[in-house]
Amino acid sequence: MFVSLNWLKNYIDIGSISPEELAEKITKTGIEVEGIEYVAEKSSNVVVGLVESCEKHPNADKLNLCQVNVGDEVLQIICGAPNIAKGQKVAVAKPGAVLPGNFKIKKAKLRGVESNGMICSLQELGIEEKFVPKEVADGIFVFPEDVEVGADALQLLNLDDAILELGLTPNRSDALSMLGVAYEVAAILDVPIHLPEEAVETGKEQAADYVEVKVDAPDLNPYYGAFVIKDIKVGPSPLWMRNYLIAAGIRPINNVVDITNYVLLEYGQPLHAFDFDDFGSKEIVVRRAEQDEKIITLDNQERSLTSDHLVITNGQTATALAGVMGGANSEVSDQTTTVLLEAAYFSPVAVRTASKDHGLRSESSTRFEKGVDPDRVKRAGKRACQLLSKYANGTVLSGVVEFDQLDKSEATVEIKRSNINARLGTEINNDEIADILRKLNFTYNQNDEAFTIQVPTRRQDITIFEDMVEEVARIYGYDNLPFTLPQGASQAGGLTNLQQLKRDVKHYFESAGLMETITYSLTTKERVDLIVSPEIKEQSVTPVELSMPMSEEHSTLRLSMLPEMLDSLSYNSARKQSNLAYYEVGTVFVSQQEKITKQPNELLRAAGALTGAWLAHPWQQEKKVVDFFLVKGIVEGLFTKLNITAEYKQANIEGMHPGRTAQIFTSGTPIGFIGQVHPKLQKAYDLADTYIFDIDLDYIFSIHQNEPNFIKIPRYPSVSRDIALVVDEDVLAGDVRSTIQSVGGDLVKEVGVFDVYQGEHLQQGKKSLAFNLLYLDPERTLKDEEVEASYKAILEAVKEAHQAELRG
Amino acid sequence: MKERLQELQQEALSKVEEAVTLADLQEIRVAYMGKKGPITEVLRGMGKLSKEERPVIGELANKVREAIADELDQKKAKLEDAELEKKLAEETIDVTLPGRPVQVGGPHLLTSIVEEIEDLFIGMGFEIREGPEVETDYYNFEALNLPKGHPARDMQDSFYITEDLLLRTHTSPVQARTMGEYNGSQPVKMICPGKVYRRDTDDATHSHQFTQVEGLYVDKDVRMSDLKGVLNRFAKQMFGEEREIRLRPSFFPFTEPSVEMDISCKVCNGNGCSVCKGTGWIEILGGGMVHPRVLEMAGYDPKVYNGFAFGMGPERIAMLKYGVDDIRHFYTNDIRFLKQYHKA
Ligand SMILES: [Zn+2]
Repeated sequence: MFVSLNWLKNYIDIGSISPEELAEKITKTGIEVEGIEYVAEKSSNVVVGLVESCEKHPNADKLNLCQVNVGDEVLQIICGAPNIAKGQKVAVAKPGAVLPGNFKIKKAKLRGVESNGMICSLQELGIEEKFVPKEVADGIFVFPEDVEVGADALQLLNLDDAILELGLTPNRSDALSMLGVAYEVAAILDVPIHLPEEAVETGKEQAADYVEVKVDAPDLNPYYGAFVIKDIKVGPSPLWMRNYLIAAGIRPINNVVDITNYVLLEYGQPLHAFDFDDFGSKEIVVRRAEQDEKIITLDNQERSLTSDHLVITNGQTATALAGVMGGANSEVSDQTTTVLLEAAYFSPVAVRTASKDHGLRSESSTRFEKGVDPDRVKRAGKRACQLLSKYANGTVLSGVVEFDQLDKSEATVEIKRSNINARLGTEINNDEIADILRKLNFTYNQNDEAFTIQVPTRRQDITIFEDMVEEVARIYGYDNLPFTLPQGASQAGGLTNLQQLKRDVKHYFESAGLMETITYSLTTKERVDLIVSPEIKEQSVTPVELSMPMSEEHSTLRLSMLPEMLDSLSYNSARKQSNLAYYEVGTVFVSQQEKITKQPNELLRAAGALTGAWLAHPWQQEKKVVDFFLVKGIVEGLFTKLNITAEYKQANIEGMHPGRTAQIFTSGTPIGFIGQVHPKLQKAYDLADTYIFDIDLDYIFSIHQNEPNFIKIPRYPSVSRDIALVVDEDVLAGDVRSTIQSVGGDLVKEVGVFDVYQGEHLQQGKKSLAFNLLYLDPERTLKDEEVEASYKAILEAVKEAHQAELRG
Repeated sequence: MKERLQELQQEALSKVEEAVTLADLQEIRVAYMGKKGPITEVLRGMGKLSKEERPVIGELANKVREAIADELDQKKAKLEDAELEKKLAEETIDVTLPGRPVQVGGPHLLTSIVEEIEDLFIGMGFEIREGPEVETDYYNFEALNLPKGHPARDMQDSFYITEDLLLRTHTSPVQARTMGEYNGSQPVKMICPGKVYRRDTDDATHSHQFTQVEGLYVDKDVRMSDLKGVLNRFAKQMFGEEREIRLRPSFFPFTEPSVEMDISCKVCNGNGCSVCKGTGWIEILGGGMVHPRVLEMAGYDPKVYNGFAFGMGPERIAMLKYGVDDIRHFYTNDIRFLKQYHKA
């Protein structure tokens, strides 16, 4: 909503307060002023001049040499406008004047002839092109004859105005009118409000003799009032009205249309003017549209309607889409002499549906959608009649033809001083509350600390105690509320175990050298199942898709963080940042339904992706490129930290390198995977070798033991034994290790791999695996014979299980 | 003989003096002190001496030996020191060469901000609650006093999955869920951080996915001044002791009265600059006193319980605190951005 301060001054005296100060006060009281616009802030010294003579320039065809009387002197000015003529009153920028854009007017010679000023067009005075009337779009502006020569032209054109742009929250639709804003500012400044003139002398004829009103859908149209105004002369509206409309962002058209728009802005009540003679009958019927009924609206579009839409008809055809747009068939034109003026209350739902269905949002529809003030509907009609009589030569017929089932009752809200103070934490007294209600122009009955308030219908947003708490608080001033801390019993805040574990996991990855990323949850239909951990793939029946995505790019909820993470790697790599180690902890969305009706499971997982060099230390010839075992080490570290025993099994996972991928299990339960991205996919993402992991955090958190049991520090020495075995090359180290572990039993505390060899010293197809065994009994010193016996048993077992021979 | 011994001492000492290496010293030691050395030889000829002379010469010979041995030891220590010094000098490295790099990871800036907010409210006795990102229409809207057809639903155009399921447009549903869980029987003191989604086209200031932290405090006799006090404490800890706050009336369907909180602009100290659009204030969060309908729907009797709620955007806070100029930076994961903020 744009509020012209000059216009506002018609209703309240704002005194000498500056626009900035006023804006600050309005903002702090509840309506945010988003900007202040000065129409022509820097302009000065532009006056009304009378063109006393106008002749062709002796040396230039297209220029005119004018003598212009500006009151205290006559100036010779050269003007190039095609519409200049003798006898016009025009806007003259005198020498020394400043125009928008800091354009300074000086005396000059044009083709050898002196010119002492400039005759201005509206554009040159800073009025936006779209508001300039067509007839003066290519020339200078001509004032009406009654303006005084020498008068301040900037003032006459309202260019000395400041316009406040209000950002209205949905509850404050009362401020969608100048009167509403006036009530608000009156409360803030504590000044009285002057309401506009509504009384009009009516003609002898009765409106009821001209028209009947019938409403078939009172639920959508509880009030319809029709006024008839005869003898209309369509022409330009008065200059001040045009100025105000421009200030509010509405283009002036003619007096009839301008008056309906002016009243719309003044009262917040949309009106519609029909050409009575084109209306087509003497009967107004308001009804729901028929299915597929057609109407051609003012913008010359044919629109197809449904029974959700409300139409104004002449008993036969639709003449307006109620509250949204009039029909082309009964539009007011220059020939109109009798106006049928509609002042109605259309239900917010009906108007919202129609404006949404037809993509038509207008000053009218926005106001109906929010609910107009029931008290102002008829009054706005009267106000328009008064203006039509005064500025369009209208004769207003006696009476309003109306259908009226509108609830105009005021809400009653009771408040008590003690309750207000209890809610606000203040110590406001009875008199202060009474004073606030007076400033707001609310009527009330007071009984000691109890106030029974009649809420004016303009404030549809106030219905309950809490609404009045806000009214009192904002007029009292939010700044004046004290700072306190809650008095309730205090409790210890803190993280839950799971929240703490989540932080621990993040900190672990970060200390291991990984950078946290946050990727979008919404991915594409193609990417969603690019790489999915097997246990997720098993659960997911259909990926969760948005019903109306904004773009294919973000249309489907992720099953894994990896596709978007790979995209991030790709983004960086394209910018020559190719050594990357990323992780993310986040949720994936798994639905077990074919057609989704329930919320999907949101599963917490940790994913990571590493590519490029892990260590680059060239001057000491050290370089480590990311590989499977580096990433496995990071994952193993996490499991060690969480005290989880994990097993790794070679696996085939879509999108992954078939020989370099392992699924991870703990006690047989799958908890994720680790491996190299399939080279084809790496190529598609334009990445070097990239290793990734994806781990189920929900499950490992669920089995995590929070309080570790103390294990005694051993007091007896351990015994170390090495064992080098030759096996077939496809024998897995993990399997041999398991065998050693199971045969070694409790005595063997650790089994480490210290060498893997394949090459010239061994037979083709064989490899050697060397293990280091750590024997320990925490209760006693081990005897050599015991270790020896165990060692032999292990040798036999691995020979049996893996055809392993001791390497000679 | 006496002369000979003295002569030998002189001779040996001057040789020690001249010695430059430990090997030289060893040679001297062998030459003079060994069993075949000249001193031993002199002593061997003592048989020719008288009884009186023998102990005198013997004593002298011992003194000569001691003197030479002393001198040898001293010189040896000197030479060893010199040798060590030389060795250490040779071991000198260029300490200005770069060290072996260690991979340094770190949290995302949004995580740092969210954890900072969490810790701050934990310090004030709040718990942290989480909830689903795919929500039902009931929890996302209706339980928050946004019935179907409510105009404020336009304020947050949403991503629907079915008619009843959508990506949550705010973390407020977690408030409704928590209150529902507590079923009107106990005070609630919680904050809920999380991801939220709105139908916005991604640009410098909009993102279809962003983060929100909401807070809720429900108890008996909660006052609006408590909200002001708690937010003031939060603002000063988060943005600095010298920051002032102000509350302005606003509108949210789930609170009444509603507020918008501004903090004094850090750039211009409240005098007005381009960052604060000349107002001296920067909008940080919204909040208000919980609407009685919201309490009622969650099973709390609004005549007994009331409370306050607030919500803020960590992206916005990060942008203000660190001058990040484009919201998309938070989701592009450009390593050059991530590295700037990896404070662990
Ligand atoms: Zn500033």
